[in-house]
Amino acid sequence: MAAIAPLSAALLTVVGGAILFSSLGHNSVDAFRAFFVTPVSDLYGIGELSLKMAPILLCALGLAIGFRGNVWNIGAEGQLIVGAICGGGFALALGKIDGLWVIPAILLTGAIGGMAWASIAAVLRTRFNVNEILVTLMLTYIAGLLLSYLVYGPWRSPTGFNWPVSSDLAASARLPRLIPGTRLNLGIVMSIVFTGCAWLFLARSHLSYRMEVVGLAPRAARYAGFDEHKLVWTSLLIGGAAAGLAGAIEVSGTIGKLREVVSPGYGFAAIIVAYIGRLHPVGIFFASILMALFYVGGEQIKVTLGVPSAITGIFQGMLLFSLLMSDVLINYRLRWYHNRPIATKGNTHAVS
Amino acid sequence: MELAMPARLELFGICKAYPAVVANDDISLSIDAGSIHAILGENGAGKSTLMKIIYGVVASDSGTISWNGEVVKITTPAEARELGIGMVFQHFSLFPALTVLDNLVLSLGANKSRQLIAETALEFANQYGLKIELDRQVYSLSVGEQQRVEILRCLMQNPKLLIMDEPTSVLTIESIRELFVLLRSLAADGCSIVYVSHKLHEVCELCDTATVLRRGRVVASVDPRTETSASLAKHMIGDLVVSVRTASPSTSWDERFGVHNLHRSAAGDFSITLININLNIRGGEILGIAGVAGNGQAELLEALSGEWIAPKSDIITIDSIPVGLAGPASRRTLGLAYIPEERLGHGAVPLMTLAKNALLTGEKSKFINNGLIRFGVVEKFTWSCIEKFGVKSGTPTTEAQSLSGGNLQKFIVGRELLHEPNVIIAAQPTWGLDVGAAIAIRSALLEKRGSGVAILLISEDLDELFEICDSITVISAGRLSPIRPVNETSTEEIGYWMAGHLPQSGEIEPRPTHHDV
Repeated sequence: MAAIAPLSAALLTVVGGAILFSSLGHNSVDAFRAFFVTPVSDLYGIGELSLKMAPILLCALGLAIGFRGNVWNIGAEGQLIVGAICGGGFALALGKIDGLWVIPAILLTGAIGGMAWASIAAVLRTRFNVNEILVTLMLTYIAGLLLSYLVYGPWRSPTGFNWPVSSDLAASARLPRLIPGTRLNLGIVMSIVFTGCAWLFLARSHLSYRMEVVGLAPRAARYAGFDEHKLVWTSLLIGGAAAGLAGAIEVSGTIGKLREVVSPGYGFAAIIVAYIGRLHPVGIFFASILMALFYVGGEQIKVTLGVPSAITGIFQGMLLFSLLMSDVLINYRLRWYHNRPIATKGNTHAVS
Repeated sequence: MELAMPARLELFGICKAYPAVVANDDISLSIDAGSIHAILGENGAGKSTLMKIIYGVVASDSGTISWNGEVVKITTPAEARELGIGMVFQHFSLFPALTVLDNLVLSLGANKSRQLIAETALEFANQYGLKIELDRQVYSLSVGEQQRVEILRCLMQNPKLLIMDEPTSVLTIESIRELFVLLRSLAADGCSIVYVSHKLHEVCELCDTATVLRRGRVVASVDPRTETSASLAKHMIGDLVVSVRTASPSTSWDERFGVHNLHRSAAGDFSITLININLNIRGGEILGIAGVAGNGQAELLEALSGEWIAPKSDIITIDSIPVGLAGPASRRTLGLAYIPEERLGHGAVPLMTLAKNALLTGEKSKFINNGLIRFGVVEKFTWSCIEKFGVKSGTPTTEAQSLSGGNLQKFIVGRELLHEPNVIIAAQPTWGLDVGAAIAIRSALLEKRGSGVAILLISEDLDELFEICDSITVISAGRLSPIRPVNETSTEEIGYWMAGHLPQSGEIEPRPTHHDV
């Protein structure tokens, strides 16, 4: 039952995509092949898919844990950027220092950066009752500007021909690649391990149960004696840590340096993924594959058909709206009223 | 029907089945114009479903409804209201964030001005003695006050048939009298009343016909004026009602729960300031707190349960351990159990399963191991709670919100009692329950009393208080009356105090003699 809305949303998105492609004058079948099949028809393509999937999966899992407790952290993008700044900055500071601890330390720094960024929202929410939706969203833009400042200013590479990029990270600071001939790195392994941990956490832990009670029935949580502030903090810190880790993985694994843009909106895509996956780790795992496919497909189709890669954003939007629509239509029935004065009389008895 | 006039409402062979249960099975009944017709039955007997069918909320599987002799099809509440059917629900359908007047305007204001509605509302309120402040926000009203708004809203639609679902559960004796006067005068004007209630003596007193439902079927149609509470109860639950007997007075237990000089300033415009509350309850004692809703019960309960933290530690003690600064979880660890008034959303999480709701207050027990939930243990506990306390149609995977009020309450009471508490605080534990469930819960409390547990019972039901309490006090405007042993006071005295005539502290109050509750 839980899968009906996400599946019908995916189906609707495909239909919408077909209409879109044919209205642009392309053969829908060709376009779909270029979008969904060609990118993953070889090992390299699958590597690229996994590369995009890792940060989306990490962010979505972190967010879903919060969403289940009605903590609306929608700023994973910002936490990812700060994670990239911290992890990348630490790696740059280390320079060529080598050691087994280097990479774990970089990733940890990234996660701490993401947590620090999310904790601003936590302080404001728990101390001053400021809505975390607004705070996390606005902090995303601040994070983006902070990164711009760093790569245009103090951290700009002296050998970068004035491009807004940092120096390259030393080899010792790069995540090891998994499969020769692909860019696939350890990040995907970590994100899958994290999926398992999130599943265990959500299914079995008392902490997650308490967070859920706070979200579903705050008065019952107070009755039980659960500390709402502590649980809001936990939600935001987990979300921030996951997104920060994703940022550090992007810098240390995929990109290898800091640049003005480190994420093509993974943190925002993760919100959609969390919901398509019904806030469940298994669902999120599959939804993140779909979302990653939108990203690689968008790039592929730019090359083969000359369609702007903004198509990725359109697909994301169609998916989200299809999901919302499916949810509404599954839970409610549309009724058409014709000349029925009763309908406007408006006694809205919310009958239980 | 041999009457010249057709019945106001007639039902023929109404059936309604849900996946798990047949809620209504071939129900037929007839309600005349101007009659007050009782629908009696235990929780889960199908009363609510039947009312929802009449009011157009739920569609029946089969059967017909006729209204003034004409067969009608009622598919929405709006159509029911068009016909002249009004309903006061047991669960209120008000918007908590809006004011009373806003709520009235929302339901009635399609063609009327706000001013007109306000005037009409006050007129009705005055006429029927319903005390209502139109500018207050609904969330700040007590349950009893919210119900008054519901009743008023219904009356303002000039119904020809008024369905009252458990209307008196939260009213004071005096308000019930007033309500009865109102219902009788409505009936005299030709409005039929369908009166759904568990309170048998009310039915005997008020109603002129009664239909008794059991497991979705009509088991009896009687004239309640010729019946007694006991004979009606027998119809309802099928076997003999065992009345709860007050156990012998408690022996030499020490004080287990104490409140010492508790003050709490009102948090907002509509909350009550608690002034100098002092109580102590010994083991094996049940102390009752009577009072009209909205006189500080909610504030007191928060302070006692730990949802509000006292400024000083020794203000509240459990077994002489000061716990004033401790939260609900720590107090529970020391043996406090709390049965809140509101079942859905406070005592239980509506969208969670019973197993997960069992976990709600089970932190200290064997449910948790290294931060992980032991679902096997929780499930066993849930089953034993369901079985021991007779929670009908419940399994560990049932969602709390899908249980009827009485069964959910039995579950909550069971959950709290199974944790072997030393002190129990129960707020309106039998509110809206049928006789069988209420007796089960009172017996369970008495049994705990017998084993040396201290019990605080906050209730508006004087019968209940006098039935099981050892001593009684009254809360009025945030103050407590002197505590009286139950055999040294009377419903008259307690009723007098509930009406706001608390004796001044220290003064030896004369027994009231000149009133008539």
